[in-house]
Order: sequence, then structure tokens, then C-alpha cells
Amino acid sequence: MHELSIAQNIIEIVEQYVPGAAMAEVRSVRVRVGRLSGIVPDSLEFSFSAIVAGTPLGSARLDIEDVPAVCRCEACSAEFEAADFVFVCPACGDVNTQLLSGSDLQVVDIELEEAPVQEP
Amino acid sequence: MSVITIERRVLEKNDEIARLNRALIESHGLFSFNIVSSPGAGKTSILERTLEHLRDSLRIAVIEGDVQTDFDAQRVARYGVPAIQIITQGGCHLEARLVQDALARLNLRDLDLLIIENVGNLVCPANYDLGEALKVVVLSTTEGDDKPLKYPAMFRNASVLIINKIDLLPYVSCDLEAVRRNALQINPQLKIFETSCTTRAGIPEWCGWLEERSRRRP
Repeated sequence: MHELSIAQNIIEIVEQYVPGAAMAEVRSVRVRVGRLSGIVPDSLEFSFSAIVAGTPLGSARLDIEDVPAVCRCEACSAEFEAADFVFVCPACGDVNTQLLSGSDLQVVDIELEEAPVQEP
Repeated sequence: MSVITIERRVLEKNDEIARLNRALIESHGLFSFNIVSSPGAGKTSILERTLEHLRDSLRIAVIEGDVQTDFDAQRVARYGVPAIQIITQGGCHLEARLVQDALARLNLRDLDLLIIENVGNLVCPANYDLGEALKVVVLSTTEGDDKPLKYPAMFRNASVLIINKIDLLPYVSCDLEAVRRNALQINPQLKIFETSCTTRAGIPEWCGWLEERSRRRP
């Protein structure tokens, strides 16, 4: 629902790393989106492309890395993926678990096409 | 091709302001919570019952978040507590920056408890830390017992669940046991209260917990 403002935040972070003149050289922006982040990847992709259309960043692609919800059981230390968000240890049945990943929402890196070297 | 490594949280700006809010709230020895639910679950009604119950024993202020109108702040102000309305103008959640502005308008020194009522939405508010001590999620019996499974992030991030409108249980197909089971499966640490704002059932239990928590100084 708020993917548009998330996309805007992503672009603002990219702008801190790429000088305005080089924006057109950004090929891709890689983000990590956890399954528990509340972000819908398709919707984020759509929002991103809608914002960058017609700007120097227009040809950049948003690469979304999906991060599953992985937990560690506090009773038996087993690590497991909380598929369907069932936070119950499949090994011992304990419900006290620590979330290791899945709430992520990060900009990982950006890929730039080098500017063609100017011939003298 | 060249790659620039960034590795930064998308919401770092919000989280930074939330950290400042939390430090400010805690420095005044205030307990705070952020109350979230889908629209119509009864957040404002629960606050009205809470204020009715606790206004003589605790000094309370409320920050109200709504997409439009200040109706909720008016409802809350009737109980004689300071109420600051934030209108998000279409925004689907409160952000730390908006709460920071509201905090500047309150006399924090004269308070024991700060309540932040978020915009009715079970999705986006889960992402935005406001600087509160904890989140309280409200689910009403008319919404269905599978809601915790549909909105896992919110139920995972909350510390308290209030199951509201229990007076309607005879008329709706809501299995309370299933609500509890589904919620605890997402978050076994959830503290659960069952309330009705009409009959006031469960309100003393919730308020008793809240009062005890508000008097515990950090």
C-alpha cells in the first residue's frame, strides 16, 4: 500500500551515491525485501518504474531479492524457515523463536554502466 | 559495468527519527504505545474506555493519526486529556517525523502515558517505528479468526493483542480459541486481552495492566 513512498526512499538513497550526471548510467538497483517486511515485490517494482519513467534513472531496473522468514528455535537451536508464518519449531515444537531474517528492507547495491571514454 | 555497494536500510531516515522520539519519551519517564488495527476494529472506542477508566489515576495524552478529519481527537478530548490530531492527507500510516512534530506540541513533563493511535491499516504501520515502547494490535470479532495469519508482520511486531467486540460473539462466526491460537503461532509472547467497549467487559483487566506498566519507571 505504501510501496510508492518506499520506492521514493530507495531513489533518494541512490541519489546520494550517484552524481546527477551519471544517473542515466544506472542499470540496476538491487534491494532486499523480506517476506515479513510488509512489502509486495510486484507493487514495489511497479511504483519504482512509475517514478523513474521519464527521468535519467528511467532505464534502471529494480532487482528484488526475496528473503524468506528464517528463525532459530530458542529451545533446541534448530534453524528453520517459517513457511506460511508458522513460528513453531518443526524439530521440537517450541514456539519461542528468534527471527534471523525476513524483516529486511534494504538497498544492497547499484550497477552502473561506465561512461564511454571520450575520444580525443 | 561497475558496482557500488550500498547496504543501507530503506527506512533508515524514519528509524533515526524514531530513535530520537524514543529517547525523548523515555527521558521524561513516560510509557507509550502505538495502537494499530484495521479500520473499524474499535481503536478509538478502546481509548475512550481507557481514558474513562484511567484519567483520574494517570496523566495521559493522545496523538491521533487519521487520513482526514479531526473527529477522533475531538472524541478523545472530551475526556479532558491533551489530544493532538495528525492528518496524513491520504497517507496510509504514521511516520516518525509526524510524531516528532506532535511531541513538540505536548508538555511531556506533565505526563505518565502517551498513546499514539495509528491510521486504521494492518499493513503499512508495521514497517514504521514511531519511537513508542510497544505496539498494541486490536482485532475485532467481526473480522474473522484468521486475521493474524493474513497480517503476520503486524502480529509479530506487536506486544499486546486486544480482541474487541466480544459482546458480538453470539452473532458472528468467530472462534476465539482460533484467534488466540493463530495469534500465538505468529507471536507466542503476545499478551492477550478480550474486551467489549459496549458492555465494558475486559476493560478493567486491560487498564489494570496498562496502569501497572505505566507506573513502572524505566
